[in-house]
Amino acid sequence: MSGLAFYLPFIWAFIVILAISVYVILDGFDLGIGILFAFEKKPEHRDIMINTIAPVWDGNETWMVLGGATLFGVFPGAYSTLLPAFYIPIIIMLGALIFRGVAFEFRIMAHSPNHRAFWNTGFMAGSTLAAFCQGCILGGYVQGVHTSHGAFAGGAMDWLTPFSVLCGLSVVTGYALLGTTWLVWRTSDELEARCRHWSKKLSILMILCIIAVSCWTPFLHAPYLHHWIAFPNILFGLPVPLLVALAGFLMWRTLDKEHAITPFLCVIGWFLLSLVGLAITIWPYAVPPTLTLWDVASPVPSQLFQLVGTVILLPIITGYSIYSYYLFRGKVTKTDGYH
Amino acid sequence: MVNDHDLPLTIARIQFAFTVGVHIIFPAFSIGLSVFLTFLEGMWLKTNDNRYLNLFKYWLKVFSIVFGMGVVSGIVMAYEFGTNWAGFSAKAGPITGVLLSYEVMTAFFMEAGFLGVMLFGLNRVGRRMHFFATCAVTTGTLISMTWILASNSWMQTPQGYVIDQKTGRFLPHDWLAIIFNPSFPYRITHMGLAAMLSVAFTVAAAGAWHLLKAKKSGTQADSTIRLMFSLSLWMIVITAPLQIIAGDMHGLNTLKYQPAKIAAVEGDWTSETRAPELLFGIPNMKTERTDYAIGIPLLGSFILTHDINGKVPGLKDYPADQRAPAPIVFFSFRIMIALGGLMLLCGLWSLWLRRRQHLFDHPLFLRVILTMAPAGFLALLCGWVTTEVGRQPWTVYGLLRTKDSASPLALSSLSFSMLFFVAVYLFVFGSGLLMLIRLLRATPEAADNTSDDIMILGSHHHTISQNKDAS
Repeated sequence: MSGLAFYLPFIWAFIVILAISVYVILDGFDLGIGILFAFEKKPEHRDIMINTIAPVWDGNETWMVLGGATLFGVFPGAYSTLLPAFYIPIIIMLGALIFRGVAFEFRIMAHSPNHRAFWNTGFMAGSTLAAFCQGCILGGYVQGVHTSHGAFAGGAMDWLTPFSVLCGLSVVTGYALLGTTWLVWRTSDELEARCRHWSKKLSILMILCIIAVSCWTPFLHAPYLHHWIAFPNILFGLPVPLLVALAGFLMWRTLDKEHAITPFLCVIGWFLLSLVGLAITIWPYAVPPTLTLWDVASPVPSQLFQLVGTVILLPIITGYSIYSYYLFRGKVTKTDGYH
Repeated sequence: MVNDHDLPLTIARIQFAFTVGVHIIFPAFSIGLSVFLTFLEGMWLKTNDNRYLNLFKYWLKVFSIVFGMGVVSGIVMAYEFGTNWAGFSAKAGPITGVLLSYEVMTAFFMEAGFLGVMLFGLNRVGRRMHFFATCAVTTGTLISMTWILASNSWMQTPQGYVIDQKTGRFLPHDWLAIIFNPSFPYRITHMGLAAMLSVAFTVAAAGAWHLLKAKKSGTQADSTIRLMFSLSLWMIVITAPLQIIAGDMHGLNTLKYQPAKIAAVEGDWTSETRAPELLFGIPNMKTERTDYAIGIPLLGSFILTHDINGKVPGLKDYPADQRAPAPIVFFSFRIMIALGGLMLLCGLWSLWLRRRQHLFDHPLFLRVILTMAPAGFLALLCGWVTTEVGRQPWTVYGLLRTKDSASPLALSSLSFSMLFFVAVYLFVFGSGLLMLIRLLRATPEAADNTSDDIMILGSHHHTISQNKDAS
């Protein structure tokens, strides 16, 4: 394998993981707010919750489109095997995201309280279902996909196992926690207090999920276990659980104090560490346990052409995304919404 | 006719046609409307005439709904290539996937990033920066159109690739040739004008509705409505003839690069000179003739080649397994042309009435314009059916067959997704349509009263209290 053909998929794997991480974090708190609609019934609070994300959620969701498009262009072999493999949860997730997305507009413009209640429910159910499906897809992905000659060759329901359901529930929990800590940062008074309270409960649930998934994963495939215990991998792997514990400790401490953003950052830390752990586990497979990154990659000219654009455009995108967040910064309250 | 073996493929194709057919309405609407919004805000900044600001706010609400529906239906498209068309993705992904990624990076993020400012930011950033955001969103929609049409055009008139002998994949060879493929300039012009024309007819119909309502109650519609109606009709007067010219050029281009498609569109079976133009007929793929044909002599040759002695292609020039389903494209094309003609007539009629100073009070004209509300979008959909069904039986024209492009999916999976999408789309986008109609029934002044900001989150409180007052 020549130099570029070897290194480019490596760089692209990094970019794809980055895009997925950004998506999971950014849309994670959007979806989390939808999940929290199940528990927060006060109309004023719901409006405030929505107002914290209304100007930015669309951009957040775009990272998911970027993830899909990048797989399509750079790892078409993964795109064309993984998507048919997770056909059912992907279709349901897309439907759920449609409900979630239009509910933003429709609940604001609803003409009657009943109509509005319906779209509130749609927003909650869509967010929860989308989060659950994303977790199932992740779990199904980690447990592996049956392929033959580079194409999906398994059954339509292969993805559905106790492990993938656990992952689904974990992601719902994690997004809800991202949502509550985001709201701790962006809201005040009663709602903030409630979110601090919820954050504590959810963080206990979340750490249990992380432990359960982490203990289960290495036993899904023999190589997974090997990745973690072989020397020198263990040197890279060992800090991950330690850092998870550290972030958890820090979050717990700051939830009781006046810290606004720290709990949110700690949850982001949890998500990033989980994703890093996942990457260590499945490396170097793009479609575990058969196809490596190099098996599924596009020809070099495709990867190169897209890389040029990505290197130039991603910083620009990051720039105006930050500007947008900056513009709508600060605590959102009932009175000062967007005046 | 469809045997069990073909059924999953047929469902996958119907599903794609359905999901993309619903989706395409929204980006087209967004493209046309964002251009209109930019114009309105620009005029407001230039003239300080508050009517422009009121119209801007009024249509911005519509834009936020239409754009949102475009985003959610678009995510489906970004994944449907993989879920339902794995064969296509694996082989053509190195080209179309890359173009799609560029679309996301250069357009989607820009639109999403500045949409928040456009919708909620007027009082946070000031007029100039807000106008910049509006322009950025508009530019985003136009860039998005550019990439997606480059990709689509490449599938119609592919070039700049080599085929890898081992894997059958398309390997990019010359990106400029891929993007600026032969049908791209014509297709993007045709599509851009279609978006403008569709939105112009929607705006005009909303204006006509308010003018008719005012007439009924014996009052005169206020000047904001009249301004909106007048602007939209100018737009029609300008774009309708341009669209006919662009369509004609696009047709010539198709004749050159995809003559088999033209043969199917025309319902012509044998290649001939001095061919008639069929106004009606039922192309029969089995007997290889067009039944009940009614045509105008020589016109076919003249339209296609601009020469009455010109030679036009016939379907029999091509093997039976390389012919597009003529009955579908024959009719979709004719409906498009008929609608195009009607739109041109509407434009001419408006000029005549404007001259006689009856633009705002001619009842029949107002009713016709109201009825024509969906005409642009219908024509646009018929155009897409013509070009996409006309591409069959290929996904990448002449190179990759549709049946080799599908995913290895069970019939049950495809049936599930088909029913699921139909149910979700009809419900969600049906609700969206009702909501749009409700928005348009309010007058632009009402939009102005809601608050000092353009869009207020939670403005429903206002609406609800208004409803209470009314009841």
